[in-house]
Amino acid sequence: MAPTTKEEVKVQKDRSMILQKEMIAGHFERLEKAPETGEKVVYTFVPGNLTELIRSFGALPLLPEINALQSGMRGKSKGYIAEAERNGHSEDVCTYVKCDIGMLRSGNIGPTGTRLPKPDLLLLSYTGCYTFMKWFELLREEYDCPTVFLHVPYQGDGTLLPEHRAYVVKQLRETIIPALEQVTGRPYDEDLLRENLARSAQAEDDLVAVLHSAKNRPSPIDSYFGGVYYVGPIFSAFRGTPEGVDYYRALRQEVEARVAAKQGPLTPVGRLDDQKYRLVVEGPPNWTSFREFWKMFAEEGAVVVASTYTKVGGTYDFGFRHDPSDPLGTLADYCGGCYTNHNLPGRIEMLERYVKEYEADGFIINSVKSCNSFSAGQLMILREVERRTGIPGGFVESDLVDPRYFSAANIKNRLESYLQMIEARRAGGATSSEALGRLA
Amino acid sequence: MTTERPRTRADIVDTARRLYEDLEFTAVREWLAADPDRKAVGCLPVYVPREVVWAAGVLPVGIHGGGDRLEIIRGDAYYQSYICHLPRSVVELGLSGRLDMLSGMLFPSTCDVIRNLSGMWQILRPEVYVRYVDVPQVEHPATGLEFWKGELSTIYRDMCAIAGTEPSDEALWAAIDDYDRVRDVIGRLYALRRDEPWKVPTEELYLVMRAGEVLPPPDFVDLATAYLEACHAEPLRRRDNTRVIVVGSFCEQPPLGLIKTIERAGCYIVGDDFLLGNRMITRPPERGGDPVEALAHALLFHHQPSSVMYEPDPDAKEVTIKKMVDAARADGVIFAAASFCDPALLDRPMLRAGAEAHGIPCIAFKFSENTGQFQQFREQAGTFSDSIKLWGGA
Ligand code: SF4
Ligand code: SF4
Repeated sequence: MAPTTKEEVKVQKDRSMILQKEMIAGHFERLEKAPETGEKVVYTFVPGNLTELIRSFGALPLLPEINALQSGMRGKSKGYIAEAERNGHSEDVCTYVKCDIGMLRSGNIGPTGTRLPKPDLLLLSYTGCYTFMKWFELLREEYDCPTVFLHVPYQGDGTLLPEHRAYVVKQLRETIIPALEQVTGRPYDEDLLRENLARSAQAEDDLVAVLHSAKNRPSPIDSYFGGVYYVGPIFSAFRGTPEGVDYYRALRQEVEARVAAKQGPLTPVGRLDDQKYRLVVEGPPNWTSFREFWKMFAEEGAVVVASTYTKVGGTYDFGFRHDPSDPLGTLADYCGGCYTNHNLPGRIEMLERYVKEYEADGFIINSVKSCNSFSAGQLMILREVERRTGIPGGFVESDLVDPRYFSAANIKNRLESYLQMIEARRAGGATSSEALGRLA
Repeated sequence: MTTERPRTRADIVDTARRLYEDLEFTAVREWLAADPDRKAVGCLPVYVPREVVWAAGVLPVGIHGGGDRLEIIRGDAYYQSYICHLPRSVVELGLSGRLDMLSGMLFPSTCDVIRNLSGMWQILRPEVYVRYVDVPQVEHPATGLEFWKGELSTIYRDMCAIAGTEPSDEALWAAIDDYDRVRDVIGRLYALRRDEPWKVPTEELYLVMRAGEVLPPPDFVDLATAYLEACHAEPLRRRDNTRVIVVGSFCEQPPLGLIKTIERAGCYIVGDDFLLGNRMITRPPERGGDPVEALAHALLFHHQPSSVMYEPDPDAKEVTIKKMVDAARADGVIFAAASFCDPALLDRPMLRAGAEAHGIPCIAFKFSENTGQFQQFREQAGTFSDSIKLWGGA
């Protein structure tokens, strides 16, 4: 038996999901009212976000990628992308950007139906993705507000070098903090920042416990489809906040209770206790058909035990925690350590570790058309991880928020063939992905 | 393949064409063979600080993929269909042994494709030096200065280690001198093409520029100077062509056929961003003081506006295109970007809006380095040219 039933069950939600929904709704309400309350709004991106610092100035972060993915999940992205393409944006480029621009042009109504405020500051933490820079330049055309830019060096040699760390700290001190002071009218308060960072570390401990729980059998979580919910608050506006701490404590308790009860996670087809396949996934999910995508896995009894996408806004499971004793240095380490700021060998090692440490039966890459930061090199990642683990990988293609690139039949087909291959390997049959004729 | 000093236009272009077509990089191999201690390092587009490579005694070799001359056998297995063509042909060059003479590869922070290719190369060719060159993206040039100086020093040190040479300020200044001469002759060629485009067909100019990607700087300066002289000595017939600038081809290079097609469709290309790295720095690094600082300063404070460099001025995109058009005294803009090229295609709406705001006619198309059919481009460029001639592009 895979999940309890193969029929779609009425959508059940864990307590943590309800909590998160309330947090997000509250945040967007605050954002909507910001023009009246006078709270300052800082637009910034997820990887390398400086939430603790922004919040220490009493400002509210707003993250365009989160809006884009939410628009995708709520069926709005198709129209927004079309709007951007009508305005001259190429079909070839990242759909997050087009979704965001299209949303803006369509009245800037955010994912929860509230109007999004204009930014008081555009803060680009240039971390792990080239497109951010262009996205930021494009946003800047739309708003008349100050801009500030943090250059985070890439881990080309596999580490954030000490001089690169010092360079980021210097920019924080000399560029980012003065810009925040100017916009909010508040002086930099390092004690407040330390308090926020201490709360971040607390939440990160709980998040890591949740992520590590997938080493259990059955895994109490799905670390990809469920994982994107688990990282939601910490990747966005709530790192370093009391609500963030409460959320992760509640989430951890919920997951530990499932471990004790030997229960699997809730999925679109019910609770997945009987887990036939433990998988690792690389790449972002598709948001426009998110539940359908997840359902394909759950119906086959496949649970994701580790994923790289859940490290895109911070990699915590190998030990990094925000450190209140070195407030700016720790922010530099954080930015440098986001997943897409790792070089390709580092990403391969991470996947290899996941496959081994989580005792996965296989790994799947979801390659999204939008994202060169993730996708360029994934076929090589696939080969290398296969070579190092001896386990064949699967490869599916879709997009983040452009529904034109989600072919359900194709993906389902590939997934089923892949799982059949794993089955055959268990029975001592085909041992290589070449059997699927996938790679040259 | 030797580069004896051809002096007629035809000979020079012929030499340059042979260098361009030669995917075995024979000129580089010959240069290396002349002295067993010599080393060469590959430089991906767009901007690599070649001065610090050359100062170490290492030949910087521009790696621009295989164009339309390379059959992709292995490279496609490394890239999904929605990624531009350049990296797959670079991988093909690498896997087919054509880059075996290189002791290292430098991958600048042009985009995430080239960035990730640096990691792939670390795995594909563990025996060679590989470095990601993190050209700083900053709001204020002064912010990135120390960082970039550090990067330049590291690359210089590493290049010296490869070549077995000692780092020295003299060597750095000498290399800066060499590249100043390169920039100077390129500047003069571009100026002549702008002023009298009938004397400098872009197809030829492009081939000469490509020679600069594989020749030692002094040899290139010789060749380019000879070409400049030949352009004056052997003028071609003047035509009633429209003057255009081509924007967006700074990384994956258009096939030569596309350049020819634009020209044959009745356009003089009087400005372009092909092979932009060779003129990214717009002023000679200032003499005196520390050469690394001078080089770092030159890039951060005096670089071409480009899609691959962060533009701190919010109004600059609109102004940039107008300035480019004015500087070239062009009648219109052809936005020609490689398919799936994020930097060019994300920039395009901003640049295009700037052009339109100033009433500058423009057209846009996408190519791939191995595009073989040009009919559609010919029609588009031809119509564009005609409309400008007839109605000023309105
Ligand atoms: S290219 Fe990738 S990482 Fe960058 S904004 Fe788009 S989806 Fe995000
Ligand atoms: S053509 Fe564009 S996307 Fe491709 S490697 Fe070059 S800059 Fe990057």
